Amino acid sequence: MDYGLKPLGRERFWLFALLAPTGIGLVFGALGSVVATVLLSFANWDLLTPPTWAGLVNYANLFKDPKILLSLTNTFKFAAMYVPGVVIVSLFVAVLMNRKIRGVSLFRTAYFLPAVTSAVATALVWNMIYGRDTGVLNFILERFGLQPVCWLCSGNAMYAVVLVNIWGAIGEGMIIFLAGLTAIPREYYEAAEMDGANDLQQFFRITLPLVTPSIFFQTLMATINAFQAYDYIYMLTRRGQGDSSVPVVVFSIYRNAWNFFNYGGASAQAIELTVLVAALMVFYFWLERRYVVYE
Amino acid sequence: MTKQRQKLVLDIISYAVLLLGAVLMVGPFLWMVSTSFKLPGDQFTKTLIPPAFTLNNFRELFSVDLNFPLLFWNSAYISILITVGQLITCAMAAFCFAVVKFNGRNLLFTLLLLTMLIPPQVTLIPNFIIFKYLHLVGTSVPLWLPAFWGGAFGTFLLRQYFLTIPRDLVDAARVDGASLLQIFWKIYMPLGKPALAALAIFTFQGAWNDLLHPLVYMPSVPNTMLTVGLAFFQQQMTHGGKFTVLMAGALISILPLLIVFFFAQKQFIEGISLRGLKRRQTRGACKRS
Repeated sequence: MDYGLKPLGRERFWLFALLAPTGIGLVFGALGSVVATVLLSFANWDLLTPPTWAGLVNYANLFKDPKILLSLTNTFKFAAMYVPGVVIVSLFVAVLMNRKIRGVSLFRTAYFLPAVTSAVATALVWNMIYGRDTGVLNFILERFGLQPVCWLCSGNAMYAVVLVNIWGAIGEGMIIFLAGLTAIPREYYEAAEMDGANDLQQFFRITLPLVTPSIFFQTLMATINAFQAYDYIYMLTRRGQGDSSVPVVVFSIYRNAWNFFNYGGASAQAIELTVLVAALMVFYFWLERRYVVYE
Repeated sequence: MTKQRQKLVLDIISYAVLLLGAVLMVGPFLWMVSTSFKLPGDQFTKTLIPPAFTLNNFRELFSVDLNFPLLFWNSAYISILITVGQLITCAMAAFCFAVVKFNGRNLLFTLLLLTMLIPPQVTLIPNFIIFKYLHLVGTSVPLWLPAFWGGAFGTFLLRQYFLTIPRDLVDAARVDGASLLQIFWKIYMPLGKPALAALAIFTFQGAWNDLLHPLVYMPSVPNTMLTVGLAFFQQQMTHGGKFTVLMAGALISILPLLIVFFFAQKQFIEGISLRGLKRRQTRGACKRS
């Protein structure tokens, strides 16, 4: 396309100046970082002694070190629960809100609240809710005559953390889905009504297919977020010596680099994370071509 | 008639479900507010209305040994610097990509969009090493300086908006002898305000709520940001501390964003919706070029 203002004379300099910060960011911030991280992943470096060549040791460790393997399984388990959870719950909420009932804007504000505030601050409350002896949740359970549960102990912590992460992500998902839902022409529903289709049929035959672009986008975003999830996990599952009861890959990268000063190993994990997410994206775009309906 | 009754029943069910959900969404916030006004002795009482009402938790928060004001100030100026940096540099680049014709424009823009795929952990390690060698770890510089390098998301968002501004304005200004910079500053910046506002809120929110980066660059209390400070306080609390003070801290820490949210709900939500549109518009952009 050939639109555009032609810079004249000295304006070439100004064009250069306007683009300079982005150019620096692109070269040093983005491309340079990727190259540097790849190089680091082949090295042993604690930043105190000079770096030494490690060859493929850091990558071999990705498949051998039980802690790294555990962080990988945890990340996949987390994503496997978190992604469908976020997509289904926020789509459900958005469909209900799209029914044109009174007070929708108030509900929207309420559901969006966790998406505004910091995970750190809300995690402090969730910590009080999940508390074993003093927590609100166990108080309610005991009221109903049930046994108290140790929500943040090893066995349950994963589910507890997934739940809070979904809680924090519903607001964003809801907005995305509401935008997708309001874009569906009302005539489709009117026509379906004429033909005697009930609400359930309308949902599965009209709403769901036409909202697939939003579902696709939200699944993509939720997957990226799942592999980045850190704040709630850090706040809710920390144990002694900076360990976690649900160490995910991002947590493990942080710990490897900044607690154990193993910057080479952490770099290899960062590359692993990037490759995994990239592979998933390729898979998603393949799915998109097959299943997503664009009008 | 039955159709209408069916609709009414469904409406009532929707209401009930939404209301229950809203309680779950807002409940933790109410609990935070309630606990922050309770006496330390009542911190685990299970009533939403404090048995006895006190402001002491807030007073204690701002007492000397917690250094809460410093945390707050750090969070404020770092987030503002990051927002300013992003607004300026992203607008500069977005203007060039949307308005000016130059060689390699599409290539550069595509490269920039590709950087959105790089996870923050990949940039974090080399950046940390560089800042460590510059002796800047422990200061706020590594947190806000990269914001002045532009950013893919902000540039993209602003470019899309700038593209909707009528080109006749540029042509008319050109006829009147306006320079490139004047067109940027006098036409695109004022007319781009809605997108700039959405980006400002989005960036500020991200900076204010960030935990990972301050944890890496300013890891020790008291000279750090609110998020790291609160995480540190929490750790101390587990050894028999006052959750009431902790909740007061949490409440104060979310207050600025809550205030912005209630006044600029539209921009908040627009920022999210714009992100939702990103995918479709990227396709458009790729097709066009």
